[in-house]
Amino acid sequence: MRFKTLALVAALFAAASAPAQTKAPLKAEVIHWWTSGGESAAVKTLADAYRAAGGEWQDTAIALGEQARSVAINRIVGGKAPTAAQFNTTKQFYDIVDQGLLNNVDEVAIRDGWDKFLPEVVLNVIRIKGHYYAAPVNIHMPAWAWTSKAAFRRAGIKDDPKTMDELFAALDKLKAAGLVPLAHGGQGWQDNTVFTFVLSNVGGRDLYLKVFKDRDPAAIKSDAFKNVLLTFKRLHNYVDKGSPGRNWNDATAMIITGRAGIQIMGDWAKGEFSLAKQEAGKDYGCIAGFGPKSLYVIQGDVMVFPRSNDPKVVAAQKLLAKVITDPVTQVAFNEKKGSVPIRTDVDASKMDMCAQMGLAILKDKSRQIGNGESYIAPDQNGALQDVISNYWNRDIPVEKVQRDVLAALRD
Amino acid sequence: MKALLRRVTPWTALLPLAITVLVGYFGAALWSLFISMTSSRTFPSTNFVGLEQYERLFDNERWQLALHNLAIYGLLFIVACMVIGFLLAVFIDQKVRGEGLLRVAFLYPYAMSFVATGLVWQWVLNPDSGLQNAMQHLGWKDFTFDWIIDQDMAIYTIVIASVWQASGLVMALMLAGLRSIDEEIWKAARLDGVPVWRVYLSIVLPMLGATLATVFVLLSTAVVKAFDVVIAMTQGGPGTASDLPAKFIMDHLFGRANLGLASAGAMVLLLTVLIIVAPLLYARSRRKEART
Repeated sequence: MRFKTLALVAALFAAASAPAQTKAPLKAEVIHWWTSGGESAAVKTLADAYRAAGGEWQDTAIALGEQARSVAINRIVGGKAPTAAQFNTTKQFYDIVDQGLLNNVDEVAIRDGWDKFLPEVVLNVIRIKGHYYAAPVNIHMPAWAWTSKAAFRRAGIKDDPKTMDELFAALDKLKAAGLVPLAHGGQGWQDNTVFTFVLSNVGGRDLYLKVFKDRDPAAIKSDAFKNVLLTFKRLHNYVDKGSPGRNWNDATAMIITGRAGIQIMGDWAKGEFSLAKQEAGKDYGCIAGFGPKSLYVIQGDVMVFPRSNDPKVVAAQKLLAKVITDPVTQVAFNEKKGSVPIRTDVDASKMDMCAQMGLAILKDKSRQIGNGESYIAPDQNGALQDVISNYWNRDIPVEKVQRDVLAALRD
Repeated sequence: MKALLRRVTPWTALLPLAITVLVGYFGAALWSLFISMTSSRTFPSTNFVGLEQYERLFDNERWQLALHNLAIYGLLFIVACMVIGFLLAVFIDQKVRGEGLLRVAFLYPYAMSFVATGLVWQWVLNPDSGLQNAMQHLGWKDFTFDWIIDQDMAIYTIVIASVWQASGLVMALMLAGLRSIDEEIWKAARLDGVPVWRVYLSIVLPMLGATLATVFVLLSTAVVKAFDVVIAMTQGGPGTASDLPAKFIMDHLFGRANLGLASAGAMVLLLTVLIIVAPLLYARSRRKEART
């Protein structure tokens, strides 16, 4: 009897392991920092798609981008690299490329024709000296303005503002109605987000590129840029006293409850609205920018593929790159994440109103522009953020700020 | 043979520690010194650039502010902790009732991590939800205490939280010192009619020299490594108003991928510690020599 059971167990084991031996699924360990509720739901769609394509997804989620990136870098240097690791669509991973520590995915990129459907800005980040070193996952736009319909009603404002002047008029009305006009979290990166919003909407495309891409001293010292800085500082009059140090989602909560009128924040804020069961167009409004030529600032995430010569790993990396950029995966992932797909040739009918608005803008090449960090190095971006945040918080002559910006952006 | 073995054994036992100190501490410090003179970014590089990183560092307004804040924070924190800690110890030394309970109460904050301390104080000091709000609701309409969102005062809120956390430890150390003082001295002073406060100030305090030095060194290291309390309370803000060197270094080490500049900052910090602590250690070793 005992022997029989043993034999049965052994047989079962053999049966279970047999198919695995003949055709092992391509195992991929992926490091990422998508850990919040909505984010995990989003990353699950990637894992499911990869599994459906015959792979085995091993999830290594590490909270906080900075933390996850330093773990990835340490493991790459230490020789225990994951199959893929998340980075932002910025120059963050350029040093790793320089050290020759990444595999490229040229084969997939050329076969699938990435050049045809990826926005120029994204291509310029992932394509280095003709090689494709990362697979883009999503596009976030950091500089949306979100409005609270309830607060607007109380302040007697009918429509969402359509120009910068209307924005200030709305802020004045909100203030007069005793509400917090601008819900803002006074942390460096959030100050920087407001600055990006003003630079793209007041400065426009040319100035934006001259400042970030060319780091042109003449442009930074120009009156146009001075005007951008002054407009940015003017917005500070509309925040409440509790603003310094506030987290972005607490500021979004002020919009949700109708305590505040407007927040300038990335499209990840949509996650908060949907958690609170609010609907775009009904409970809250979204403004991608002012005017028919407003810019769509492109930020987002990519997967990079650490160097390996193991054919199984390389095959897994190629499969990942293909699955991630696939149109169906793209819609499924970005719906959950609150971002928009990296390609505009997808069926967007199922996505929410704001995402559809964003995709429509994204279709116009002249309106695509990179986030500051896609043009400048991480430490330049950090130095710029310090300058901007200081200006937001302190009374500093605008001419000095112009000089400081110039100093922050030098090599 | 036996004598030799007896002499070698302690050294052998200390060897692992010695290696750890040499490699882990001195080795790491030398490595940082080397990196601080290269143009390292995300990865360590060997491209030697001399003192360029140090020039950039001292050109950097945020670094200057961080050093300035360190001086304010360090001075106030150490002085306040020592004064409050000493007074608490003297108070408990009066053979008060419920001494055990009081000792635990005063020492308890130290059992809390700096992050938790910072968070609690951030809530207390937040003008929208904390103390100010509570006082205004209680009827003091003009009560304002909004240092934490004030550019010029934010650093002092960090001092408050840190002092609250660390004075209990100072008290415990000082109390141990006070208890080690011979009863005879007290009796003699009483016979001579010396007032109690005078005994503490002129006799007991000088006798606590070694304890004071220990407390000073402990508090100094806490100052230099202060990082988590800033992160939890203000994240260096508003703007960069409450920035400290450790936070500057951490920011540049990882998020801003500038190993070279971060290492230069770390070396400056190490140098500062040595300048403060070295004379003290020197004086102590001199005294020890004089005694033997």
